[in-house]
Amino acid sequence: MGDWAGYLALILQGAWITVKLTVMGSALALVVAFAAGLARVSGSAALRWIATIYIEFFRGTSIFVQLFWIYFVLPMTGIQLSPMQAGVMALGLNVGAYGAEVVRGAILAVPRDQSEACVACNLTRFQRMRHVILPQALPLMLPTFGNNAIELLKATSVVSLISLSDMTFQAQVVRSQTGSTLLPFATILLLYFAMSSAISFGMRRLERRVTRGLDGVR
Amino acid sequence: MEWDWEFARSILPTLLQGFRITLLATFLGAIVAAVLGLVFAILRRSPNRWLARITGFVVEFIRGTPLLVQLYFIFYVLPDIGISLPALTAGVIGMGLHYATYAAEVYRGGIEAVPRGQWEAARATNLTTRQTWTHVVLPQAVPPMIPAMANYLLAMFKETPLLSAITVVELMNQAKSVANSSYRYVEPMTLVGVMFLIVSVISVIALRWLERRFGRIPRQ
Repeated sequence: MGDWAGYLALILQGAWITVKLTVMGSALALVVAFAAGLARVSGSAALRWIATIYIEFFRGTSIFVQLFWIYFVLPMTGIQLSPMQAGVMALGLNVGAYGAEVVRGAILAVPRDQSEACVACNLTRFQRMRHVILPQALPLMLPTFGNNAIELLKATSVVSLISLSDMTFQAQVVRSQTGSTLLPFATILLLYFAMSSAISFGMRRLERRVTRGLDGVR
Repeated sequence: MEWDWEFARSILPTLLQGFRITLLATFLGAIVAAVLGLVFAILRRSPNRWLARITGFVVEFIRGTPLLVQLYFIFYVLPDIGISLPALTAGVIGMGLHYATYAAEVYRGGIEAVPRGQWEAARATNLTTRQTWTHVVLPQAVPPMIPAMANYLLAMFKETPLLSAITVVELMNQAKSVANSSYRYVEPMTLVGVMFLIVSVISVIALRWLERRFGRIPRQ
């Protein structure tokens, strides 16, 4: 029992990896979500098709299968990835596919006359997106993005299965070294819960910030 | 590395065997989730405020932590306090519990979507509580729940590979053991992906139909 401090340090090291994975995965997911979401509503049929195939593929299989595929099958085609890179890639691409549908839904939810007004004011397509549609669509996306970020945090535990030493992996290490099961698993459950609470708290703050000044409009 | 059709064909029966366990786990997990979800939803509406609050916290906690860790918890911690479960049972309970918290939200949303006036009208026409539920509330609350429930059923199906981490020999585990014994990862992993993709593409089509047929709960 005296070594518990040492084991806790091990778990905290894992927690740091989990945080890094969550942040980098979310960043990639955000970029991918906007790219694919905008492609889904673009005028080019080819872009729409590519985005649809990407989204259906990543939503149709689980993160676990994708991760194993990226980690074990891609190297055979010559693309060697570290576990961290594979983890971030799988998390980002998977959650990005869900995010893309959110982006698309929010853009479509902005009333049509807003687009028409932009055409009437002679704004370019880029100006229309940048200054009129997206500022109105963003507040609609945020709550779901918050949920997606929590799903991503939860999905990071799966990377422990490709031997990346995240929190779940370290808990398993502690379990196999001490034979104690309750302490490591209860500790990481609490840590995961603290992290997801932090995400939902931060998202609520952000939501208030973004919707400020929109009260009269909606 | 080349794709080997012969090898792919030879491992297909093994994979299909695992696929049966995957389907079984999904089916049993769905039943647990549907029943427990209803329990959570009812407890959360309970007039006893402490009970409602504690249930709310438990639901939030389960939703905020990874399914994999919950599975480990059930599989490794419970035996220490004398409850030894076979891997599949532990997996079904874990998945059912996790998705019950999502199902509870669907139940809640469905019930709350029934307008207040309906309850009041039922009261005004002197219906009993039982009659109110069976003839007024549920017929209006259940149809919009169906697409959302089907959505989570599909999500749960996709999560079943996690059961391989607690030694359930489902599709993913079969694929891993084939891969480990033959040193070929391309075919088993790709086949697993294809199988999941086939099922979920079919399910998505079915889901679209359900949505058209029953409508959907507006997102809160």
